[in-house]
Amino acid sequence: MSQDIHVVIEHLRGQVADISYVMLAAARVLSKGTGGEVVAVLLGYNAQELVMSLAADRVLYLNHPTLADFSSDAYRHTLAALISEKEPRAALFGNTSIGADVASTLSANLGLPLVSACRNFHIDDSTLKFTSQICGGKIMAEGELPSPTALVTMVPGGYKPEEGKSSQPPQVTLITVPVPEDQRVILKQYIEPESGDVDITRESILVSIGRGIQNQDNIELAEELAKALGGEVCASRPIVDQGWLPTTRLVGKSGKQVKPRIYLALGISGAPEHVEGMSESETIIAINTDPGAPIFNVAKYGAVVDLFDLVPVFTGKIQEVRST
Amino acid sequence: MKILVPIKLVPDLVEELTIDASGMALDSTWMRLIINEFDDHAIEQAILLKERGGGQVTILAPDVEGIDEVLFTAAAKGADQLIKLEGDFEGGVNNHALARIFATIVRELRPDLVMTGVQAHDDLDGSIGPLLAGYLDMPYVGYVYGVRVNDGKGIARKEFPGGLIAEMEVTLPAVLGIQAAEQPPRYVAVSKVRQTMKSATVEEREAVGLDLGGGTTISSMFPPEAGERATIIDGSVDEIASRLVEVFKELGVL
Repeated sequence: MSQDIHVVIEHLRGQVADISYVMLAAARVLSKGTGGEVVAVLLGYNAQELVMSLAADRVLYLNHPTLADFSSDAYRHTLAALISEKEPRAALFGNTSIGADVASTLSANLGLPLVSACRNFHIDDSTLKFTSQICGGKIMAEGELPSPTALVTMVPGGYKPEEGKSSQPPQVTLITVPVPEDQRVILKQYIEPESGDVDITRESILVSIGRGIQNQDNIELAEELAKALGGEVCASRPIVDQGWLPTTRLVGKSGKQVKPRIYLALGISGAPEHVEGMSESETIIAINTDPGAPIFNVAKYGAVVDLFDLVPVFTGKIQEVRST
Repeated sequence: MKILVPIKLVPDLVEELTIDASGMALDSTWMRLIINEFDDHAIEQAILLKERGGGQVTILAPDVEGIDEVLFTAAAKGADQLIKLEGDFEGGVNNHALARIFATIVRELRPDLVMTGVQAHDDLDGSIGPLLAGYLDMPYVGYVYGVRVNDGKGIARKEFPGGLIAEMEVTLPAVLGIQAAEQPPRYVAVSKVRQTMKSATVEEREAVGLDLGGGTTISSMFPPEAGERATIIDGSVDEIASRLVEVFKELGVL
């Protein structure tokens, strides 16, 4: 049993994902409580240059052709062997398409406790505590970090990625663990995101719609407003799943990360998966009928009003200003 | 092709959530439970696969308030078999315990594919899909948006951030965590659900060896800090609209 905190570094096609830096910052908080080290765990193939910016005390690097691209099966078997051998106090994973595919299977396989959707850690009188964000961002749940090794999936928002970056390259140890030959999950090909539509990451004003827009015909209201403002329309996940807007317009965890000057959220509750894609906007303005909607926790301005009442009037006023 | 879809119900986020007197859990007195929306997509994806290539779709759920209607709705959409697990679930059950019970049914029914929602908003100890895959030592792919079966292998389109998709080939039997079905979950009229109630049956199974261990222990629950809240613009619709115009002017974009 060690007091180290392991961080499973997420990377995709040669890029370290921001959540990796967030986790390194979180691990630093825990390591101060345990007295152990922050250990970055990198699984990849010819990926050594990815370690350069990691704010870790050291890096365990598993270099193997099977790990060139993410496969839940390869990660699972490799990490099961590593965690069993090293017995860290905690192992952090992203609550993402990579980390969430692996952490739960490891918990079941190794019989280790798992904490989901953790946003931050703190030390309370030498006890390690986690705080998770659940129920679409409406509830925070706090508890003692379970032992012996706590597996944790982390959401962004608790730490800035910059806090997990360093200009001092960490010390790297190359390690080998058995990687099984017969993989049951194999990457066949990547399919690039659609292109040809407007690039919402380049827009300075975004009018974003969520479930509150109710049906496809109402999207016109948002489009008129966006046009009056000189911006574009984007959306949260339910709108894209309904097929009302193309995936090129999706903002959030599985879509685009946007940082416009103004992000006007219409009928969006503000689930963490959406907030992840827009929280860096310069000014967020939220319109929602639910005063308890988590979107008001990230917005600078808000109004508790029915968007169907407000938007036509607001669009009219904008057009008036524009025409004078 | 036998497809099993384990589902669970979660608090409806449209309703106000309150924390109970213990301060450690949600108050379930007035809580309305609805199907986890990702599970609804898993049902849709299962029925789409059945329509395309034939097969049998089984829905599996723990017995909680409102589950019968959810099961009959799935039958009205095209599910063939409905299984309800009997046990003391009303006080809530963690995902580790639920996944272990689901695993007993998977071992018995031996489906080719298990499809379930990639996550649920109340997950605190991992998600059902990968836990199930772990207990059963089956391969798992999550964040799936599109599935087909080809020469006895599953082909799952897995989403990565930014809209990138990875086409993964998976050896069957496998567990898939569905992010979204290839089309929105279909609507069925209440009258059709009522009709189905007369013809379909819900099989009741005792949850064998229900062991509630393995979950995450919570010492307190609370709403997110209020300090970060937005400046709320009050007034009539016209006043709010005028104030917003001012805000846009102040921000230099008008």
